[in-house]
Amino acid sequence: MVDESRRDFLKKAAAGATAAVIPFANVRIPVIDVTLEEFFQKHYKEMSDDDKKRVIERLKKEYKEKYGIDAEIKTTPPKEGVVWGYALNIQKCIGCRRCVYACMRENNQSRASPKDPTKSEIQWIRVLEIEKFKIHPGEEGKDFRTRFGEIIAGVNLEENEHYYNPEHVPEEDKFYVPIQCQQCERPPCVKVCPTKATWKEPDGIIVVDYNWCIGCRFCLAACPYWARRFNWSDPYLPKEEINPKMHYLGNRIRMRGVVEKCTFCIQRTREGRYPACVEACPVGARKFGNLLDPESDVRKVLEKKRVFRLKEELGTQPKFFYFMD
Amino acid sequence: MSKLIDFVITSIKVSLTGSKKYYAWLASLLIMVLFGAFSYYYQLKYGLIITDIRDQVSWGSYIANFTFLVGVAAAAVMIVLPAYIYNYKEFKHITIFGELLAVGALTMCLSFVLIDLGRIDRMLHILPFTGTPNWPQSMLTWDVIVLNGYLFLNLLIPGYLLYKAYVREPPRKWIKIFILISIPWAISIHTVTAFLYGGLAARPFWNTAVMAPRFLASAFTAGPALMIIILQIVRRYTCIGKPGCKLVVTDRALFTLAHIALISMLVNLFFLGSEIYTVGYAATSHLAPLKYLFFGLEHNGVHYGKLQPYMWAAITMEIIAAILLLFPKTRKNFTTLNIACIFAFLGIWTEKGMGLIIPGFIPTPIGEIWEYYPTLMEIMITLAVWALGFLVYTLLLKVAIAIEAEEVVHPSAKDKEMPEAH
Ligand code: SF4
Ligand code: SF4
Repeated sequence: MVDESRRDFLKKAAAGATAAVIPFANVRIPVIDVTLEEFFQKHYKEMSDDDKKRVIERLKKEYKEKYGIDAEIKTTPPKEGVVWGYALNIQKCIGCRRCVYACMRENNQSRASPKDPTKSEIQWIRVLEIEKFKIHPGEEGKDFRTRFGEIIAGVNLEENEHYYNPEHVPEEDKFYVPIQCQQCERPPCVKVCPTKATWKEPDGIIVVDYNWCIGCRFCLAACPYWARRFNWSDPYLPKEEINPKMHYLGNRIRMRGVVEKCTFCIQRTREGRYPACVEACPVGARKFGNLLDPESDVRKVLEKKRVFRLKEELGTQPKFFYFMD
Repeated sequence: MSKLIDFVITSIKVSLTGSKKYYAWLASLLIMVLFGAFSYYYQLKYGLIITDIRDQVSWGSYIANFTFLVGVAAAAVMIVLPAYIYNYKEFKHITIFGELLAVGALTMCLSFVLIDLGRIDRMLHILPFTGTPNWPQSMLTWDVIVLNGYLFLNLLIPGYLLYKAYVREPPRKWIKIFILISIPWAISIHTVTAFLYGGLAARPFWNTAVMAPRFLASAFTAGPALMIIILQIVRRYTCIGKPGCKLVVTDRALFTLAHIALISMLVNLFFLGSEIYTVGYAATSHLAPLKYLFFGLEHNGVHYGKLQPYMWAAITMEIIAAILLLFPKTRKNFTTLNIACIFAFLGIWTEKGMGLIIPGFIPTPIGEIWEYYPTLMEIMITLAVWALGFLVYTLLLKVAIAIEAEEVVHPSAKDKEMPEAH
């Protein structure tokens, strides 16, 4: 009993102490528009539970003032014995981009503003449209390099179309390869980050502390899958379109000048739900699950199908697999 | 202590007094800085959206200029080394110009890096105690260390020597240790900067072992080339070389610098050629950025090639510079020498500034082509940083020349002779 009240007392004292370190916590630094409390905020991994609570209260208040919403921001930790993996069937994918838009809604990515041209859309998933094959037998002797013309086929990351826009998908002679963060087991983005603002969680997800990132964009340059996005301006989010169910390391609303990326919907998966893209896919091309559980969807794919990963040769060891039936 | 304070006060006074031309020069630099500051205010307020840097090409003019200027800073070593290691007399007088140029260049480097940050308010996150530096993993943390260390060395060494000259005392031995350290340190700043890019497997255009050697070679061309121009300007507009002045900048010193620039330029062109050969002959997908640089890329019927003309101009200028520097006749003629220096400087500025950074991003790792072209505000900010660097350099030079030419001296040392070691 005594011990407990003592601990309680110490806790309160500690909380008081940190609060006292930041006098005028609510004072805003002009131009960069940051409160002193935000300015002195610690790295997520160095925060105590109390620190986290305070930060979340502050964020909630901010979102209420700025966007008029009542957000619920969780910090659910990873589960023991779970490493998330993803598998995508490129034979089934029809290139409809439903996953792209479901992702935007779920993860509160910035929308394009009809009035303000400086607000642009951010999408975490990019679907490539690739021609099934191209065979142009050349005239012999004409081309000094190949002499046989041109034969292109397979998942070609250089010859593809990002902004395809036909009446109907899928098109006969095309196939589609969606790309998002591959949650590399050896992530170059984490290696290069000068401030440890991005790291790999125990469940294998690469996350960003949006309040710690300095916006140097080294990670954008280092990612071989072009999976990271930068907030070139403050995001634009109409109130009705905001998803209020948030995770601190996931879909909470970002600010200008920081990096963001796919987290396999950390706010959902840590609560036992599927990522939004998995649910949105109309043809069931997307499988998700625990790589350590032999019964999971991904493990079954790994067992039964032939899978491949993008840019295997770079040694990044993605936990995102592609397969065909 | 009071002597030191007197030194600082005198230095400030000296740096802020001069002829009408001097004031006009300072004022024009200051105006450029102000224009840039105005643009930067918008960048702070609205974000990097005011630039043309985007997810596809995620570094632009700022980082390109930063990269180039690290080279200029490192090039000071090409004067320090002959002067101190080989005791090359002609360079003794001009080492200080080199070291102070390094200070000016580093001012620009650090400003460019800071300006490029999305959240400058969080810059302390990269330092120990106030942040969580990802050391030794992240090359950027190394760069912070080496750049600031080099800045410290280049403030300490000339600062100390000038102070000692001001009070007419011989410098102590320990400064020699710092001078010696500054030589490998100069190499390190450009090596680490090259490693920033060279270590990224995601970007085949940068992921090459020749990156650091190429960086050094081009730095040792552009740096001396700039030095040659600056020394001539200084020689013309200050007391240097005039009767009664203790300071001289000899033609021989300039020609030696030209020689250094020549050799480095040849080595640089050799490295560039090796790179083009290896990538071009193998003709793997790594070829795309290089192709973009020189010929532009064709994608779904659209031609992308905004950098093309600049790159050809750069290579042409570099080759002309190399030829002009190669023949003693043109090397020792000031008109052709100056053309060579300007061409070498501009050529390398293009080749290892924009010509190095932008194609690294084109095409993106998943095959999108998006062309970058700096916005007006971005250009104003870039120019402002250059102006700031030159402002700092000018002020420092003013003091250095006044002391070295024995125009100012500490009152207590008025009658003393300048000690030998200076
Ligand atoms: S795909 Fe890119 S962002 Fe995702 S973990 Fe790998 S390197 Fe990092
Ligand atoms: S942009 Fe942010 S997350 Fe990315 S490397 Fe820089 S500090 Fe780290």
